[in-house]
Amino acid sequence: MNERHVLVVFPHPDDEAFGVSGTIAQHAQSGTPVTYACLTLGEMGRNMGVPPFANRETLPFIRRHELEEACRVLGIHDLRLLGYRDKTIEFEDEEELADRIATIVAETNPSLVITFYPGYSVHPDHDACGEAVIRALKRWPKEQRPTVYCVAFAKNCEQELGQPDIIRDVSSVIDTKLAAIRAHRSQTEGLMQAAAKRGDALAWLKTERFWTYRWDD
Amino acid sequence: MQPIDAAAVQEALNRLANRDVYIHLETTNGAYAAHHNEGFFSAGAFIRNARIRFTRGKITGLGPYRIGLKLDIGWVYAEGLTHWEWTKEEQLLLAGHDYEGKLAVALELSGKPFA
Repeated sequence: MNERHVLVVFPHPDDEAFGVSGTIAQHAQSGTPVTYACLTLGEMGRNMGVPPFANRETLPFIRRHELEEACRVLGIHDLRLLGYRDKTIEFEDEEELADRIATIVAETNPSLVITFYPGYSVHPDHDACGEAVIRALKRWPKEQRPTVYCVAFAKNCEQELGQPDIIRDVSSVIDTKLAAIRAHRSQTEGLMQAAAKRGDALAWLKTERFWTYRWDD
Repeated sequence: MQPIDAAAVQEALNRLANRDVYIHLETTNGAYAAHHNEGFFSAGAFIRNARIRFTRGKITGLGPYRIGLKLDIGWVYAEGLTHWEWTKEEQLLLAGHDYEGKLAVALELSGKPFA
């Protein structure tokens, strides 16, 4: 099914790379406009390289450039940088954060929103981002809300949420996905090398899994 | 960044002593430490753009290095420092990177607030 507009909301540049970029590329290639709202520039990333290629002050510029390149590769023409700081999302005012997201929802009128499943996404920024998206969308009557595909990877996610109900085969865009992953080089190079050594990278990357958010109101 | 040259870092610390400076101090083992290793107790802290004034700053150790800054009524301390840089904005950046190049500690001082 062709979506009207896809809105992706994640806290860090590269959060889309491994688990979502194939889905994004497929929507973009079928002509659906995609908006990516990225809350931070991943200022607190730890990967600095041997020898170091970045420091705490240059890392945000590097990651911003990588994100812009990934968006270009994936066909995302609308990138919104919300200007929050890495690792601080959970400490922001929840309503103000939801206001920012609701404004983008109202403007772009997405039929599909992709974010993290609140409570099942390990990193505090991930959970706080997912919570803010759900809080924002709850301002609309249930029947008017877009579908929400959530990424989850906490150890207990399958036990508590069940199996993911959306399994997408993204092998048709695997080259685009790999290029997007490579665009986030400062974050992904080590992981890709490790996966290449294990020899399971491609199989893992060809499938993307989501849980459709179940409204509790 | 370059591997720490203790004498050069000491000179930089001397330049920043006895004046108002802004500090970024951070320790981290990463947001995924306890996810990858359930027995791991994850802890960390960071402070950015607090204004301090130290009367003496000193680098010690043989590498990784330690730095202590003596304040009028307190202390700042970091250990595990491996790399440094003096930027054209006159910031002293120090960091400790583990064997995989991941940042574990950062200590930065600047005459102007960090961006």
